[in-house]
Amino acid sequence: MATIFSETLSRPTAFGELMQIMSLDQAHAIATSKKPGTRTTKEESETMRRPRSTQILYLVIGLLLVFAVVSACGQAEGSDQAASVDLGEEIDAIVQERGLTPDDISAALQTYMPSGEHDDYIMFASGGQSGQVLVIGMPSMRLLKVIAVFTPEPWQGYGYGAEGTMEVLAGGQVSGQDVLWGDTHHPAISETEGDYDGQFLFINDKANGRVAVIDLRDFETKQILKNPIAVNDHGGTMVTPNTEWVIEGGQYAAPLGWEYSSLDNYAEDYRGMITFWKFDRESGRIQYDESFAMELPPYWQDLCDAGKLVSDGWVFCGSFNTELATGGVEDGNPPFEAGASQRDMDYLHIINLERAAEVAQAGGTIEVNGFNVIPLDVIVEEGLLYLAPEPKSPHGADVTPNGEYIVVSGKLDPHVTVYSFTKIQEAIAAGGFETDDYGVPILDFDSVLEAQVEVGLGPLHTQFDNQGYAYTSLFLDSAVARWTLGGDFSDLHPEEDWTLVDKLNVHYNIGHLVAAEGDTVSPDGRYLVALNKWAVDRFANVGPLLPQNFQLINIDNQGENMQLLYDMPIGIGEPHYAQVIAADKLSAWEVYPEVGWDPHTQSLHPDATNLGEERIERNGNTVEIWMTAVRSHFTPEHVEIEEGDHIIWHITNVERAYDSTHGFSLPGYNINLSIEPGETITFEFDADFAGVYSYYCSEFCSALHLEMTGYLLIQP
Amino acid sequence: MKSLRRKLLGPQIPPQDLAANPEKYRLPGYFLIAASILLLASIFLPYWKMTLLAPQYPGGLSVVAYLNRLTGDVREIDGLNHYIGMRPLEEAAQLERSLSIFAVTVISLLVLGAIFVHNQNAAYLSLPAMLFPLIFLGDMYLWMRHFGLNLDPTAALSGAIEPFVPPILGEGSVAQFRTVASLQPGMYLALLASLLILAGLYFHRKTYKPLVDAQANS
Repeated sequence: MATIFSETLSRPTAFGELMQIMSLDQAHAIATSKKPGTRTTKEESETMRRPRSTQILYLVIGLLLVFAVVSACGQAEGSDQAASVDLGEEIDAIVQERGLTPDDISAALQTYMPSGEHDDYIMFASGGQSGQVLVIGMPSMRLLKVIAVFTPEPWQGYGYGAEGTMEVLAGGQVSGQDVLWGDTHHPAISETEGDYDGQFLFINDKANGRVAVIDLRDFETKQILKNPIAVNDHGGTMVTPNTEWVIEGGQYAAPLGWEYSSLDNYAEDYRGMITFWKFDRESGRIQYDESFAMELPPYWQDLCDAGKLVSDGWVFCGSFNTELATGGVEDGNPPFEAGASQRDMDYLHIINLERAAEVAQAGGTIEVNGFNVIPLDVIVEEGLLYLAPEPKSPHGADVTPNGEYIVVSGKLDPHVTVYSFTKIQEAIAAGGFETDDYGVPILDFDSVLEAQVEVGLGPLHTQFDNQGYAYTSLFLDSAVARWTLGGDFSDLHPEEDWTLVDKLNVHYNIGHLVAAEGDTVSPDGRYLVALNKWAVDRFANVGPLLPQNFQLINIDNQGENMQLLYDMPIGIGEPHYAQVIAADKLSAWEVYPEVGWDPHTQSLHPDATNLGEERIERNGNTVEIWMTAVRSHFTPEHVEIEEGDHIIWHITNVERAYDSTHGFSLPGYNINLSIEPGETITFEFDADFAGVYSYYCSEFCSALHLEMTGYLLIQP
Repeated sequence: MKSLRRKLLGPQIPPQDLAANPEKYRLPGYFLIAASILLLASIFLPYWKMTLLAPQYPGGLSVVAYLNRLTGDVREIDGLNHYIGMRPLEEAAQLERSLSIFAVTVISLLVLGAIFVHNQNAAYLSLPAMLFPLIFLGDMYLWMRHFGLNLDPTAALSGAIEPFVPPILGEGSVAQFRTVASLQPGMYLALLASLLILAGLYFHRKTYKPLVDAQANS
């Protein structure tokens, strides 16, 4: 028996091989990785007195014993029953048939989410040109939701009549015109003391220079603001450690406030900018009047990051085109791509936000297009801005978790350049600066430099983990570089400080990357996602426009052990940046708190209607309707009006059950609502076309969903 | 006057006997006081609960009956019941619920009153409290039967669901729902009170029967 036993265990099957190659620790870690945020059923949590890891270990040992005994008996007695419970062979067959490697199986085990289990992390990714935000569960990489932001979206009833959503979209008008798309770039989760708090999400629209606020109690967009002084933006959104300010940096310089000036006057009339939007948590809105901008030299400011802890109160932004190139390839000038890439150094912008806010408060601003702007001469006079040379055409400027270092990647330089905040402060205190043509002081490069690490070609953005590593995306190498931080982080990793540790190929042309809570004061490590611009051969060909590729990477193990886990195609737009928050930090409502809730104001709607209060009232040419929706009927089911009437229609979903959403579609008038449990929605329209219209519930709600309808009769 | 009092309250305890055996005469009272307190306490606790289980409600839906009110997912259950033409649960036993607190208080006080009665009238005074759990369940059964058998014939699923009486205890099923009905702490207190009353009456009889017999023979 003992011999058979050992023979069975050492039989070289593919699965056995896997178990040998994956160290026991690794297999154990995968099998037991139940982290906070994973929900368990009641019975499960009650019976889970014993740590899950021990349970699973026992289970695995138990299964192995059963397997061994059954195999042994099968061989000894020639019983046919053995095969039917031989789990090992079944899995073995799958492994053989699909030609899976041990790494494949390890990756599958780490990302597979059994039905009903929830992900540990939630990623908020920009939706690029879709103007939306993607909500993705990690590590399963399942798309959970697409939040409508700058673009109308019918499923959520966003921009198709519902008053609140129409108001939000109208906030994003440009020169009084609706602009119903956006190029969403950089989401920012609200922070408390430098850590994500899961209350709000901000995102910018690069194309039109707009910023939006999403309330994470219901995952809906509550506010869109158009930047009054800039046509477009890029360096946004980021938040300060307590979300006092939402940062929106500019990009392509232009005369501030939408003025006209010839490109011949570029140096004199064109300007960069950075805007600080004042956020008020209580109302969940940006306070326009308390916000201000700073006029910057006409370099093309790029991504920014807010300081934290020691550097709290400061903001850092990269820039390029300090050459002040104005393009014009058609006239024989160097094209922008060359003209803006001549100098070896551009300028890291170092902004004293705390002081700038005081200056703005004290009236050190001028009005540009009705908006408070601190002019460049005041900035220089008050010492609000310093420049530090940074290697060639940088993209990211990222502050380490302790706030001490600022990591910059010159995309045309193979290094990441690390600046010390302490040294910056010392250099500022020492004084005696050179200045640029606009009088802005330039700090000496060597005096503020902490380290340079050669990581590879085309470094762009950097994120951090909890093991003293930084991760930088390498666009040209199509890789992620893992390198070590020094200073406070020195003891966290076994390698030498400021050295490259590992490079992992990704597929392909990585832009941003994001680690779990990787830009906060306490990153989680564990997972990293490469946001790849090209997919090329990773997925089935769906025509010349290919999806982007999000690649999930395990960064749990130190050293040269980054592991690629999963490819997720994004077929909705080109995401730029994303942020990843522990799922247990989010606490969205299951249903709206009370029947008659207005999500736009997050308070009771004045026209909330309960069962039995439904009515239709006419006042001259205006007809007002108070309607309820419940499975499976609207009340009233007949609405009779006359051509030319103005209709004000309120609908309350009086349901209290989880997921009992009703839709409301009114054909011919471009109206579609999503009325979630407890919600009251108002919409208005002019009944300009006579006829018979059937309105219906457009969200399959119940067995009698099709019967949930009614007639709007418009008499000629 | 004296004879009427004797007839209602039974014989007086001979003072020398009371002095000799005080515990013997107090014992029935202990049980009845405890029963009365338990029954009064049960006012604040749920008596009965039914949980409805269906795939789309992973946590189940439940309705919890107190003496004077229904709590739980009543709104959702009513919403579902309208498909089969069942009337809203709030319409059931309205009179009983409005009187219940008063009634339970009164029958608890009657139990306390029984302590001062030394003949078989003590049993009559305690009887409503002793039978209260049965009364509660019986009344609820009648209402459930009434609601289950009198479905609105014009309801959407009228043809699909036959009139039914859900089990008042244990498991049953209707449409895609499995129902599980169970007694709750309030009911257990009331049942315990019944047992205590029974015990109290046993000792009451043991204590006072000889006195009553002696009175009859005198």
